[in-house]
This record gives sequence, structure tokens and C-alpha cells, in this order.
Amino acid sequence: MEIQPILFYVFSAILVVASLAVITVKNPVYAAFSLILAFFTCAALWILLEAEFLALTLILVYVGAVMVLFLFVVMMLDINISQLREGFARYLPVGLIVGFIIFAQMAVVLGPDTFGLDQIADPVKHAADYSNTKELGSVLYTVYVYPFEIAAVILLVAIIAAIALTLRRRPNVKQQNIDAQVRVTKEERVRMVKMTADKKDEMNQ
Amino acid sequence: MNFESPNLVTAMPEIFVLSMACIILLVGVYQSQKSGSLVVYLLTQATLLGALIITIGLHTATPEFTFENTYVKDTMGDVLKAFIYLVAMVCLLYSRCYLKEQNIDRTEYYVLVLFAVLGMMIMVSAHSMLLIYLGLELLSLCLYALVALKRDSEVCTEAAMKYFVLGALASGILLYGMSLIYGITGSLNILEISEVLKMGVEMPLVLNMGLVFIIIGLAFKLGAVPFHMWVPDVYHGAPTSVTLFIGTVPKLAAFGMVMRLLVDGFEVVHVDWQTMLIVLAMLSIAIGNVIAIAQANLKRMLAYSTISHMGFLLLGVLTGTADGYSSAMFYTIVYTIMSLGAFGMIIMLSRVGFEADNINDFKGLNDRSPWLAFMMLILMFSMAGVPPTVGFFAKLAVLQSVVSTGMIWLAVFAVIFSVIGAFYYLRIIKLMYFDTAEDQAPIRTDLDMRITMSVNGVMVLGLGLYPAGLMALCYAAIS
Repeated sequence: MEIQPILFYVFSAILVVASLAVITVKNPVYAAFSLILAFFTCAALWILLEAEFLALTLILVYVGAVMVLFLFVVMMLDINISQLREGFARYLPVGLIVGFIIFAQMAVVLGPDTFGLDQIADPVKHAADYSNTKELGSVLYTVYVYPFEIAAVILLVAIIAAIALTLRRRPNVKQQNIDAQVRVTKEERVRMVKMTADKKDEMNQ
Repeated sequence: MNFESPNLVTAMPEIFVLSMACIILLVGVYQSQKSGSLVVYLLTQATLLGALIITIGLHTATPEFTFENTYVKDTMGDVLKAFIYLVAMVCLLYSRCYLKEQNIDRTEYYVLVLFAVLGMMIMVSAHSMLLIYLGLELLSLCLYALVALKRDSEVCTEAAMKYFVLGALASGILLYGMSLIYGITGSLNILEISEVLKMGVEMPLVLNMGLVFIIIGLAFKLGAVPFHMWVPDVYHGAPTSVTLFIGTVPKLAAFGMVMRLLVDGFEVVHVDWQTMLIVLAMLSIAIGNVIAIAQANLKRMLAYSTISHMGFLLLGVLTGTADGYSSAMFYTIVYTIMSLGAFGMIIMLSRVGFEADNINDFKGLNDRSPWLAFMMLILMFSMAGVPPTVGFFAKLAVLQSVVSTGMIWLAVFAVIFSVIGAFYYLRIIKLMYFDTAEDQAPIRTDLDMRITMSVNGVMVLGLGLYPAGLMALCYAAIS
């Protein structure tokens, strides 16, 4: 037996267990860590599919940036878990029924009968020197330049929206003005006062 | 790999709007706090006007494709784009004073509106599922932010949250449907998809499932029943200027999206989506009109009225004939002009610390301002579909195309519920003319708003008397 199917089943098993852990563990920090594990094994599966660039991006972007942010948010927010779990038992039967129906429908429509290997052929395996990154790079700025630019605009809008919604100017807060502090001259701060000398016995009174 | 360099001139309107939006963002950084956003406002209006001129100038009768056939410039796209610019310009004009009073007169507001317009332009000239999705996301992201922009208000934040969560879910559903279609046709390009479908699909079950998901996504974005729950809450919660924007311009883009996907892409399987649209249209017309009667808040009432109008739009599309498509297009354009006036009127009567969004605020409007009351009368008659206003001809054209495809029962159903719906429009007219005013505060007198409102009202009447021009434009756009 080849090594690849074994790897596939190992990674898939870890992925399923990790994904289940995300939604079942009680501690939200553990859930975030399980999600990181899920992303990692998912990336491993993508490497098996010869999508090396996407796999590495998944790790860099999701594990490196998004999940760190998640962890920060989870740790900073004071989430009351018992409140979130209220009504869990009440909604469980409905949720199970709906979930089962959706699963059954998708299994019928998308099962091996329609998308199995005998319907859609196994993709051609590439040689060892095949570069997935190069292939992506050659179409990203040519064939897909228009969607690529629009995606950039969407990110720009996200930045504008995030700043517009969170930046607050508070005119009443006292702040240090370093610029003014550095430019200050002695005339502004020091005032020479001419005074007549007082006698000692007058001061003591 | 052979790659054809794209013809950028074809996409000039989009490039222009994007560049100007970035420039305005920079101008906003350097403008002083005191002078307000007058410069930004004028630049935004100039951008929309410039885009209008470019679009009309570049118009050709034969469709042009660029960016590997994913961008199309045809008459339908150009007509819709022209109305998108015009309606957005009027929206900004109505909103100007209101924004100052509500303290949301910021550069970001105008920039987000421009980016939303860009998203809609991308949607109406997209010929690839990827581009339709990206344009839709660009539009939605701007709208979520616009609703939340008045961040100290709890109602606005709640509305934005609901809109965001439900909108994200709907986008996910739409994307899932698109991925299924990609799975069976092997292409994202709408022309190629329709070529594949013409040859017959081996897996009709997957095709139908993908179609169901896509139609759910479209119905959500249109606000058709049973995917309408966000509409009243968002319309009610958002600042009125944003409601004015959401309630008008995106409907043109949504019509464009429906045409590109269902007609350009899936016309071959018309039978499959027709039944779904019949259900959506019947439910929308019935529930929208009946529930609107119970509303005391004018913004909520207009939201339910929007739902019923979207039902009429779907009626036109589901006929599957060129007549039906052009009557639906006529209906959409007329609807945006009418609701522009109706939401504009709420802004007109609002002032600092007071929103005229309760229907009782219109009591005795005739005594306070006979001209505005008359404009509102025309708008309400038009929405109810009373001749000789243009709303009547829009409904008539849609119903004619439905009858000509043999679905007389559907037309009868739509007429019955339109008559029921006439009640709540006429109630506004009764309040304006036969009740005494509780509120005697002076109405705002900005000249530009008054002139635009008059043009808007007179246009509804004028188009009703001479609908042939706009109708011919819509016929030319479809065929």
C-alpha cells in the first residue's frame, strides 16, 4: 500500500477529532487551540493535493495571524459560558433534526454517486519539480488581475470601515505634546523677577 | 500560456470611480475639521457625474468583453450604471443636511458610498460568478459599515449587527451554490456555463441544488419572503440617509445580478428556477402588503412595501421572456425613483433631534407645506399603482408580461394584494390632507433639496404621462 492514502487517513482522522473538539470543549482557549490543530492538518491535506502554496498561506495567515487575534479576543473578553449554554437542551432536538436532514440531503446529492472517482477522473499527478506557486503567480496578475484588484479594494474598504467605526477622537483628554515640548525656549518658561531684598526679621513675622 | 492584454478603456468607469475614491480619501485627511466635508461632498458628486459622462461616452450598441471575457459592457449594464450614478447623486443631495445634524458628516461616509457604487458597477457588468460575488461583497461591506457609522446609537449598532450576520450567512450560501455549479460545469464564466448547460448536464440533481442555493442568496439580497427578516429591522435601525441609500441604489444592482446569473447563465434551465421564483414572488407580494398595514413607523412600512415591490420585480423576471425582463427592469428603475422621493421626504421633515419616521408625523402636512404634501401624494399614488402616475404603468407592464405567458391566476393574485396594499399608502394621504398637524415646526428650506424633491415628484407624474421613453430604453437594454 502506498504511503499517501495512509497519510490521508491519519490527517483526516486528526482533522475530524480536532473539529469536533472545537465545538465540544468547554474552555474557549482550548477550542481556539483545537481550531489551530484543525488548520494545520487541513494544510497537510492540501499539501497531499499538491497545493503547497495555499497550504503554507493557510498556516501563515490563519494560524499565524487570525488565530493569534482570536486567542487575544477570547482571553480578553469575559465570556459567561453558562449564559451561552442556556437553552441548549431545549434547542438540541430541533438542531439535531435540522442538522440530520441537511446532512442526509447533502449525502444524497454530493455523495460518491455524483462526485466519486468513477464519475470524475483522478487528477494527473505532477512531477517533483512542478511548482504550484509559479502556476498561481503566472495567472494571478494576468488572467485574474481584475478579481485580484477587486479583492484588494475590499480589503481597503475593510480598513476604512474598521477605522471609521473604532477611532474616537477625545478632545477633552489631556495629552503630552512632545513637539511643543521640544521647541520650547527659555523665554516661555522662565520669568526673571526683580525683587527688593527683604530684611530677616520681617520675614519671620 | 497565451494571455491577451485586457482592454482597459472598456472598464474606464470602474477605474475612474476607484481612483477618485482613493483621491477623496486623501483629500479627507487634509481637510480641516472646521470647514466640514463640503469639498469631499462636491468631489463625490463630481466623481459620480464624471462616471456618468464616461459611461455614456463609451457606450456602444454591440456588447464588448474584456478581462478574459469576465467583464461585459452592454446596453443593460450601461443603462443600469447610469441610473446607479444618478440615484446615488440624489441620495447624497438629500442626505447632506441630515448628515450634519446627525454628526455623521464625515469623509468616510462619502468614500464608503463611492466604494458601494463601485461594487454595484462591478456587479452589473460582471460575466463571471467570481466577479459577481466580489462585487456583492464590496457593496455589502460598505453597507454594513454605513449602517453602523452612527456608532453611539444602540439601534444603529443592532441593525448593523443583524445585517452583517445575516448578510454573511447569505453570501456563504450564494458562494456554496456557485461552487456546486463550478463543480459540474467546470467554469466560473457565465457564457461558458450557459454553453455547458445547453449541451445538457449529466448531474441534474447537483445543478438543481446549486441553483437552489444561488436563488436563496439572491432572494436574501433582494429581501424577498421568506428571506426578508432583515429588511424592516435594518431600514428602521439605520440612519435615514443610509436607509435612503440601501432602499434605492442596490435594488438596481440586485436586478443586474439576477439578470446576469439567472438569465445570462441559467436561461436554459428556466423551468427549474421559474417555480422557485413564483413561490418567492407570491409570498413577497402577499406578506409584504399585509404586514405593512400594521406598521406605525414609516420606515418599517416602506420596508414591507419594498418587499412587495421586489415580488413584482421577480414576477417580471420569472416569465422568462424579453418582455418580462424589460418590464422588470422598468419596474426596478421606477421603484428606485419612487422610494428615493419617499425616504427623501422623511429626511425633509426631520430636524436636529427629531426623526419624522412615524406616520403621525405626516398629519396635516398639507397645512404646513401644500407643495410637499402634493409631492408625497404623487409618490404614494405611484407606489400604490394609481394612474396616471408611473407606478401604474410599471405594474401594468409586469402584469401584461405575466398574462402573456399564460399565468393569469398569478396576475390576479398580484392585483388582489396590490389593492390590499393600496390601503396603507392611501392612509398616509388621508393623514396629510384630512388630519390636523400636531407638529408645527418649520420645514427645512434648503433650496437644492426642495428643487430635487420637486423634480423627483414631477418626474413620477411626468413618466406616468409619457412612459414610452423609459420603456423603450428598457426594451433596448434587454434585446
